[in-house]
Amino acid sequence: MVSEAVIWSIFLLPLGSFVFAALVVRPFFNRFSIVSGFVTIAALGTALGFSIMTLRSVILGHHLEFEPFEWLVVGDATIEMGLLMDPLTALMLVVVTGVSLLVQIYSLGYMKGDPSFSRYYAYMSLFTAAMLGLVLSSNIIQLYMFWELVGVSSYLLIGFWHERPAAAAAAKKAFIITRIGDVGFLIAILYLFTQADTFAVAGLNAFNIPDIWQAAQPEAAAGAIIGGAALTWLALGIFVGAAGKSGQFPLHTWLPDAMEGPTPVSALIHAATMVAAGVFLVARFFPIFEQSVDAMTVVALVGAFTAVFAASMGLVMNDIKRVMAYSTVSQLGYMMAALGLGLYAPAIFHLVTHAAFKALLFLGAGSVNHATGTFDMRYMGGLRKHMPVTYVLVLIAGLALVGIIPLAGFWSKDEILLGAWNGDGIVDTWVSRVTFFSLIAGVVATAFYTIRMIILTFHGEFRGGIEKELEDKSKADPAAEASHGGIHLHESPFVMVLPMAVLGVAAVFIGYLANPQWVDEFGIPQHWITGFLADGLAESLGAVGHHETLEFSWSMAAVSTAAALSGIGLAAVLYLRRKGQGTDPLERIKPVHTMLSEKYYMDTLYENVIVRKGFYRVFAGTLDWIERNLVDGTVDLIGWFFRNIGTVIGKMQTGQVQTYATGIAFGTLAIILALLLAN
Amino acid sequence: MSFEAFLIVAAIMFCIGLYGALARRNVLAVLMSIELMFNGVNITLVAMAKYLAPAGLQNDISTVLTGQVFAVFIITVAAAEIALGLGIVFAMYRTNETVDLSEATQLRH
Repeated sequence: MVSEAVIWSIFLLPLGSFVFAALVVRPFFNRFSIVSGFVTIAALGTALGFSIMTLRSVILGHHLEFEPFEWLVVGDATIEMGLLMDPLTALMLVVVTGVSLLVQIYSLGYMKGDPSFSRYYAYMSLFTAAMLGLVLSSNIIQLYMFWELVGVSSYLLIGFWHERPAAAAAAKKAFIITRIGDVGFLIAILYLFTQADTFAVAGLNAFNIPDIWQAAQPEAAAGAIIGGAALTWLALGIFVGAAGKSGQFPLHTWLPDAMEGPTPVSALIHAATMVAAGVFLVARFFPIFEQSVDAMTVVALVGAFTAVFAASMGLVMNDIKRVMAYSTVSQLGYMMAALGLGLYAPAIFHLVTHAAFKALLFLGAGSVNHATGTFDMRYMGGLRKHMPVTYVLVLIAGLALVGIIPLAGFWSKDEILLGAWNGDGIVDTWVSRVTFFSLIAGVVATAFYTIRMIILTFHGEFRGGIEKELEDKSKADPAAEASHGGIHLHESPFVMVLPMAVLGVAAVFIGYLANPQWVDEFGIPQHWITGFLADGLAESLGAVGHHETLEFSWSMAAVSTAAALSGIGLAAVLYLRRKGQGTDPLERIKPVHTMLSEKYYMDTLYENVIVRKGFYRVFAGTLDWIERNLVDGTVDLIGWFFRNIGTVIGKMQTGQVQTYATGIAFGTLAIILALLLAN
Repeated sequence: MSFEAFLIVAAIMFCIGLYGALARRNVLAVLMSIELMFNGVNITLVAMAKYLAPAGLQNDISTVLTGQVFAVFIITVAAAEIALGLGIVFAMYRTNETVDLSEATQLRH
């Protein structure tokens, strides 16, 4: 049993290290900026310890319910702050603090010598604190607050190297696009505001998350307080917010651009944790989604489409981080699709395994960048010989991503595929089928781009790194920026390799949390993690009993492995044998390659059509016209009136004192006459 | 003599004065017209003191004197005003070499 203080301090420790780094170290002791790194790591280490204690306590079935405290009273609505502790929260705490801790250790090496070292750690601590607060929130307003804090720290970190125009633009793009999604979330919250009285009649608080769950249940004592179309719209509003944060189509365009931030940031925020916040949000409100077939259908189809859509763009990217970014979008699509199909526990399980291997992949990309100075895979190659540890770890992570038995991704992805095939959710059968085949297609694409990425980076001959890239660039653009650490082809320092190794171990073994084998190995019961999460969901709704878990299926494993192997084989045939730099084999199918490289022209659509034509020209143009003609016209008219009335009235000022006196006399007479007449 | 007769005479005097003050161009004539207006008012004050006093006090000397004191004050002030006005007229004549009021428009701008 852990106390409330321990759980609060999981959130408060990183917040404290943020305050320390931002308000003490950075302004006063910037020469010793390494201190902020150590403080952050110490805080996160403690937080990880507390998180593991909490998880253990939840696993042991302790009753962790805490009284929320009152934060604001607005009219009849009371807004509280509190802790919501269930298996989902406990698991997320460990994932967030664990990945964050490893990334902070890695950053000691990666960010070494950066002039803004303290600022970096301050932002990272702020992000971690906000993310932990988000996970712990028991109140939807509190959750929304941390949701936005997470968004702002993501903005700060993407634009960390704000002197680079691309980074500043990417930060802005990420902020604006996620904000578009948040409008949906905000509308959902505002709808709850309007229902506060109805909730109060039933003895519920409209902002308390467990109360919202209860209100959506048709078999609740008072009947469903929110239901029908209102419930669907509420769920869809929440989903729009989640889609913005998790980069679901059509709000995915910010995530690949977010790779302008430092690579550890990409690993922590744009791969492992923050982008998973959208999935977490849908999971958090899963009892609401479950009541609406329409909302679940939308979630499943958007997720499935994103999974295959993003994966297809990942096929042709040349920037190693962009390949991974599209891969992240695609994997988040898997999670969303799983949630839409009612596969609550597999989705969260995939979130956990994905956090491990995707963080590792990004850290590997950072390590490669450390050696070659570039992110462009066309200038890498042959790094296997120089960086054997990184190679092995990235290979493990890549195969885990592809879903090769016995690595982590296999178990979680298989659960999703199996669930999609069974189609036991509340959505129509065709939705399950469409989702299943999209996800299988996604598996092939995932295998292809992952192996392509590994071959281009680590196999073949070294193709010159940053120096060659700058040489090629300067031919086209002499003003190309020259900011790089130079080439030093050797393994990254220990402080960077260690966290990667830990994540590598996780990527291998974390899949066994589900342990869908034939015997109880390692003392973990079969289907442990999915059962754990599903039971948590059932208990939160007042039910007892075990949610059903999926049986391991040999045939499904065979299908998914065959799909993965076909992708791997294709990539190996195309890339392993080709000599020298040459052109990308995919460029032979020119129109498709161009379309994919141009990201289906989505960026062009947003930038040129929506922003420039729609927003600048139509919207801003209309406002400009109104400003110029109506507003300015009115002001000009008023000015003209008074200028001219001045000329007219000025004529009356003759300087003749007798004229004035006549006016006064007759004026007085008129007043007196008026008074007399009035009486 | 009725009260109305006094008021009619006073009104006629005031209006003649007003007409002169508004219509004459010569500053001295205007000053004289203003005197006429003052005296119209003085007649009214004296007549009112006599006729509008409360019943029983109409022969009381202090009541009647109230209006007459006003009239005396106005005559005094008018004398002072004329002295001042004549000074201005002199100054005006020195600068403009005329006492025509329609020429005195320097304050317009």
